[in-house]
Amino acid sequence: MTAFCRFAVRIGSLAAGTAVACLLAAYNWPGRPAHASAASGLSGERLDYASPVEMLYSADGTRLFVLCQQSAEVRVLDASTFKETKRIEVGRVPRGFSLSPRGDRLYVANSWDDTISVIDTRALQVINTWPVQAEPSSIVEDREGKHLFVANRISNDVAILDPRTGVEEKRLAAGRGASYITPSPDGSKLYITHVYPNPTPHRTAPQSEITVVDTQRAVVIDRIALTSVAHGFHVSFSADGRLGVVAGLHPRNLVPLAHLDHAGAFTDTLTLFGKDLGAPVEIPLDELERYAVRPFGIAITPDKSRIFVTCGGSEEVTVIDVQRLLRYVHSHPGSHAQDLAASANYVINRVPVGHDPRGVLMSRDGTRLLIANRLDDTISVISVRTSKLISTIPLEGPKQLSVLREGEQTFYTARYSFQGQIGCANCHIDSTFDGLQWDLEPDGFGRDIVDNRPIEAIKDTEPFKWNGGNPDIPTECGPRTEKYFWRAENYDGLTLTDLAVYVRSLPPRPNRWRLPGGEMTTVQERGRVLFNRGVDKFHNPIPEANRCSYCHSGPKGTNQKPFDVGTKKSTDDSGLLDTPQLTNVAITGPYLHDGSANTLEQIWTIFNPEDKHGRTNDLTKDELNDLIEYLRTR
Amino acid sequence: MKALRTIATVALISALSTAALLPAQLRSTAPKLHKAAAANVKVQLPNLPRFRFENFTTANGLPDDHVFNVLVDGNRIWAATENGLGMFENGKWKTYNTQDGLAHRAVLSLALDKRTGDVWAGTMGGLSRISGGRIDSFTQLNSGLSNDVVYGVSVEGEHVWVATAAGASMLDLHTNQWSLFNERNTPMFEIWVYGVSATPSKVYFAVWGSGILEYDQQKKTWDKYDDPDGETEMVLFKDQGLIHEITTSVSYLEKDKILWAATYFGDSHYDGRRWHNFLTKDSGLPSNFTNVVKGVDANRAWFGTDKGLAYYDGVNWAVYRPSLATGKPEMTIRDKNGNVAPVEVATAPAHNYILGIDFQGSDIWVATAKGLSHGIHQP
Repeated sequence: MTAFCRFAVRIGSLAAGTAVACLLAAYNWPGRPAHASAASGLSGERLDYASPVEMLYSADGTRLFVLCQQSAEVRVLDASTFKETKRIEVGRVPRGFSLSPRGDRLYVANSWDDTISVIDTRALQVINTWPVQAEPSSIVEDREGKHLFVANRISNDVAILDPRTGVEEKRLAAGRGASYITPSPDGSKLYITHVYPNPTPHRTAPQSEITVVDTQRAVVIDRIALTSVAHGFHVSFSADGRLGVVAGLHPRNLVPLAHLDHAGAFTDTLTLFGKDLGAPVEIPLDELERYAVRPFGIAITPDKSRIFVTCGGSEEVTVIDVQRLLRYVHSHPGSHAQDLAASANYVINRVPVGHDPRGVLMSRDGTRLLIANRLDDTISVISVRTSKLISTIPLEGPKQLSVLREGEQTFYTARYSFQGQIGCANCHIDSTFDGLQWDLEPDGFGRDIVDNRPIEAIKDTEPFKWNGGNPDIPTECGPRTEKYFWRAENYDGLTLTDLAVYVRSLPPRPNRWRLPGGEMTTVQERGRVLFNRGVDKFHNPIPEANRCSYCHSGPKGTNQKPFDVGTKKSTDDSGLLDTPQLTNVAITGPYLHDGSANTLEQIWTIFNPEDKHGRTNDLTKDELNDLIEYLRTR
Repeated sequence: MKALRTIATVALISALSTAALLPAQLRSTAPKLHKAAAANVKVQLPNLPRFRFENFTTANGLPDDHVFNVLVDGNRIWAATENGLGMFENGKWKTYNTQDGLAHRAVLSLALDKRTGDVWAGTMGGLSRISGGRIDSFTQLNSGLSNDVVYGVSVEGEHVWVATAAGASMLDLHTNQWSLFNERNTPMFEIWVYGVSATPSKVYFAVWGSGILEYDQQKKTWDKYDDPDGETEMVLFKDQGLIHEITTSVSYLEKDKILWAATYFGDSHYDGRRWHNFLTKDSGLPSNFTNVVKGVDANRAWFGTDKGLAYYDGVNWAVYRPSLATGKPEMTIRDKNGNVAPVEVATAPAHNYILGIDFQGSDIWVATAKGLSHGIHQP
């Protein structure tokens, strides 16, 4: 296919809108992939990419297990030759896995299936699939084999299962978007991070935590505060257990973000904790004009000399000298997230790898480091001694890039932004949202604060932006982004098209409040009636435009029109706001255009005094609860 | 209708000779302490628990002297005070208050989720969960909680049951769904819910002015227990039913299938068939005005009244308090015959007005209106 044809296919896809077959096919993601022909890769069709995210060695070190998110499988490779020996099918969008203490079982957390796959590591086959709940994202068994701990991203907790049966025993409250579990070296504690910030008062710094669980008692014993960090990812420990390191994103969402300046939007940081430190210390990975975008996976060498950090947006591995780092931290008390001169004191190398590097695995002899490049389907092998790339191992799969794949790469990379500071995925964590409010656009300090809206199932919800100013995704992702965020090169037409196709293809994650078959509980049904009602409790007709079902109509809960719901603040230029879609509204707080409502309840208990946001002030508390239970099914 | 019922009951009571109707045991009135002392007879005292009380006030770190409730959590002690939630550990007090995320500074009730270790605190401004040092608060504005004044809280499995000034609420920790219980969907005539005791089989609510409400968790049905004498403060037939409508506290022991209930006009014991009531005039209860009851088993319970702490072992009674006359530490024991004898003690709870009780092994912790008391069991 010529370049012109390729361009035409893409532009054609966009121009034809929803009717284009390639987009419809793409919309099925992330179901199990269709095995498309290679020739279809240039349309919007989804190809069977592996998308490796995490890796583990078998107990005897002879096998390498690779968790492949898009192909929904565990691939088994020879640990020496990297030759693939087996594929084990698991559930949709697996996000984390771990070995049992004896190494005989491999547990896989299938985040979109709400299941755990239990794999026999000798037979290399799934021997059990346990139903769990609430987007399981990682799983760890304690050393005594008493408990299985599962981090749930949707319910913000850690479920504790019986490792013999998979039956849930209880849950422990963790941070919002609980996702990654790391055992301490002695196995006595678990450290759990979360990808969305914990709720805080409006327009205050984000707060996150590392939830510390005692594995014997299976209770939370501590929460290590990550002040001003909004998104936490993997934790790693030195072998002596004295140094813990967590990767995080430190946003600057309280100051105007009209243009990217030096570290204008985020600082990419590590927070250090443990006996080597005393109080936790946050340190930047970025340096002036060079950024370590979206740190994710961490490995510390057995001799505690180096820390390696995968940085998804900048597509590299940042290498830190531990002794220099500790010297610097001890001689400069306090946290240094704002000091971009700091990293020169301990960052000693940045190793380019593939697209969106995620999981990191130290070889058993401590000489090599493996990196899972999610959007390249490759594994980078790095020499620990030289901090240089030794080789890149391709996983089996399509060699050509589909439009969707190119769009996804564009979404996750930081290469287009000013100095390579951020990518789309900085604010849309794993292609969702970030739970933050931002002061965007050059409209003055503190003007028009906006909550970051989710982008799941965004197709057919245009216009975009809270003021409805962007009529379509190419406008939203193109000129606006280029002007206000990137301050660098524009996307070329193909790149923008790829990106738009990818964004339009994003499906909603499964709704956990909805019953199978579309049935509703009694409570949800009562709420549905309230949502659709045309008469209030005093038998007065409710004007059409003041009914929930008028503005939030259609399958996605938006009539795509602007409306004034009485939430205009003195800092807002207009009260006329685009009607947001209701997709998975249960989990996308905070709410309202500026994120001033931390919960769904607050929309009506606090911010609807004049019934402009629907007629609700005639409702009892029971009835408001019913309405909210219905909304959670959307 | 209620007024008519009350008048009729009063008239009926007046017309009857109470002494002639009630059994001999119920006719015993004042404590017989003076008789035993006058006869100088050595009374064989029942073996009831004795304590050395150590009292905590603001002078030694308690957040406030007004202590509404106390909770034992292993080696930690939680004190619900008028000005913050105190946590006593390793000999030191730590105070949690609104700046830490507590829903309100006045904490009224406490419950421990034994599975997770989380502590739930009912306050004058909502419900708070203290988990690993983090406090999450649920209010009537930010959640489905029915009312911010949370008098009672009880955790059972994945459910947090809440007694509020506007009905009861239940939070499902798995789904975050709130269920509200009030006059619209239960036989709750008043909605001022003072106490709750939740178990896997039954959940009991003490509803101020509306008796005891029972929720059967398996059948999903409600039942209601009222004072057969209506809202009068007279007792026509003593053990006919709940002693009074103005209930303040419930304690259900699932293993024994026994309900203990406290009211401002005496206390009740219910085994599923029979009621047994306790009044000052015919038991060792130091006052009918009871703030809290905590059952130990089918026969034994502790009562927190406005005139001291009382223990009932199924036959005998003990009362622990500063003397109402002198303020000096006092312990008295009442045997099955109604004989009351003093026990020489050097310590007593910090105050007579008892609001909360919890146990730490054989020790007892007591929340009072002027401090928190630790009763250290004496062999």
